Amino acid sequence: MKNALVIARRELGSYFASPLFYVIATVFLGIQSFMSYNILSFFSYQSFQEAQIQQMGLTLNVNEMVIEPSLINMGVILLLMSPLITMRSFSEEMRQKTFPLLLASPVHLWEIVAGKFIACLGVLSVLVLASSYFVGFILAVGSPEIGPILTGYLGVLLMTGCYVAIGVFASSLTDNQLVAAVITFGFVFLMWIIGWAAQSAGETAGEILDYLSLVNHLQNFTQGMIDTSDLTYYLSFIAFFLFLTYRVLESRRWR
Amino acid sequence: MIEVENLTKSYGPRPAVDRLSFQVNSGEVVGFLGPNGAGKSTTMNILCCILPATSGTVKVHGFDVFENPLEVRKRIGYLPENPPLYPDMVVGDFLKFAARLRQVPSSKIKSSVDNVVEKCMLGDVKGRLIGRLSKGYQQRVGLAQAMVHDPAILVLDEPTIGLDPIQIIEIRKLIRDLGREHTILLSSHILPEVTQICQRVVIIHEGRIAAMDTLEGLTASLKKTQRLDLALRQGGDDVRSGLAELDCVISAAETSSGKFTLECHPGSHPQDEVARLVLDRGWGLDELRPVSLSLEDIFLQLTTEEKEVTA
Ligand SMILES: Nc1ncnc2c1ncn2[C@@H]1O[C@H](COP(=O)(O)OP(=O)(O)OP(=O)(O)O)[C@@H](O)[C@H]1O
Ligand SMILES: [Mg+2]
Repeated sequence: MKNALVIARRELGSYFASPLFYVIATVFLGIQSFMSYNILSFFSYQSFQEAQIQQMGLTLNVNEMVIEPSLINMGVILLLMSPLITMRSFSEEMRQKTFPLLLASPVHLWEIVAGKFIACLGVLSVLVLASSYFVGFILAVGSPEIGPILTGYLGVLLMTGCYVAIGVFASSLTDNQLVAAVITFGFVFLMWIIGWAAQSAGETAGEILDYLSLVNHLQNFTQGMIDTSDLTYYLSFIAFFLFLTYRVLESRRWR
Repeated sequence: MIEVENLTKSYGPRPAVDRLSFQVNSGEVVGFLGPNGAGKSTTMNILCCILPATSGTVKVHGFDVFENPLEVRKRIGYLPENPPLYPDMVVGDFLKFAARLRQVPSSKIKSSVDNVVEKCMLGDVKGRLIGRLSKGYQQRVGLAQAMVHDPAILVLDEPTIGLDPIQIIEIRKLIRDLGREHTILLSSHILPEVTQICQRVVIIHEGRIAAMDTLEGLTASLKKTQRLDLALRQGGDDVRSGLAELDCVISAAETSSGKFTLECHPGSHPQDEVARLVLDRGWGLDELRPVSLSLEDIFLQLTTEEKEVTA
């Protein structure tokens, strides 16, 4: 594990030294802030009309109406950004011919895979953390429940872990970063919307498709619930793709 | 130190390395010589546990590369054909990273990095980005990362390729100095380079060992013989002694029934006499050919390449 951290550390250093990271961070924070701002202003508009709404039997809830949609939105923006972060992990090593350095060192292949995963997830976590200033703002002016916020962030990070696992896997397939990014985006997007097919599919097939959908498992988290079935889904998703990455790298050596 | 036995590696149907066997003893500097595509890099990659072999065994320090790759990697420092350098890293940071990766204890990282920086004369560029260095300095950084964990064995794949003559002289001198403390296997396709640095040479061609000897031994044996492979429909001792009695033949050996290897005096066209004898006695000539490339041919090929670099 120590070796994985050594690799992750170098990797992080190189992300934070690259202009790409700062461009991505700016775009991410810009869009995220814009969306959150819109949600928030819509909420305050409704707050002014609270009296009428209460007559209709509804209550206003910051968690439900501001933080939850913001987190889901963040999941979408991360979906767009994470392929750009993960695309270089193995592709660049192969193109730069630096991979032999890792392979000739006394390090297990799985430690290399873990190092790459940790680094990419670390970069994206920094982005997620930076965007949470918005939650701080709500905390300052209102009184949302803390529990669902924490579980919501945990859910978003787990889902990001799935993006990263797919991204690292795609990057192990090719030395072309752009190809890796496109594969990642396509696949992650498919895993998001796969639930759409559930309605028209049969009953059992529909249930399976629903279960496979990445975003369906986020809902419980944003509502403050940690369901073991969701947790299992995300963790085994990550483990599965990291395992595939390991196998791909191993088989590339045999060729 | 390094024991290679019957090593074979195939990419697709054709073997790139074909039943290679050789040894490198402790403290030796051995040159691995061969023309382009001979299989030098392939062999070295297998030795450093980067590529798996198709068959055969390689042992380093008694550890099998297939069963104990981590132990082997701890003891080897490898400079691949393309030095594995991250262009966006600063030389010092890169060497620290390499040291950590090789599990140098954290208390010793600084001193081992300083040590290789001094040995490889990198002091002036320690704070510069690797991507901005000249090829020669990059090569030295490559060498420095290979020895940062002070491995017993250094495997260097064409360490002087792409350098200008002055840098070549410097790197060769550096490797000679390293040879006092490390066991070194070094590949090259330049004969004079090997003669300057190494005590012993393994010459490979098309994946097979063409010769393996000390330099003196090699040059001495070179001029003496020419080898013929002969296949007859009849075998046996009397056939062999019949062949051996020819004037042009120095020695004859039967490798399997009807198959002979003849060592002949060179320049005497021994094929003519051998064929005449075989036909006269009615032994049934199936095949007679000089061994595809004699050492001389290989040497010629090696020496004519970049002959001007003799510094
Ligand atoms: N990944 C690969 N896939 C298919 N064939 C390969 C691969 N790598 C090497 N080869 C083939 O194996 C043979 C040996 O290659 P190798 O790189 O070991 O030669 P070399 O002795 O290092 O040559 P050079 O002096 O050019 O570096 C060559 O014929 C080469 O084409
Ligand atoms: Mg080579």
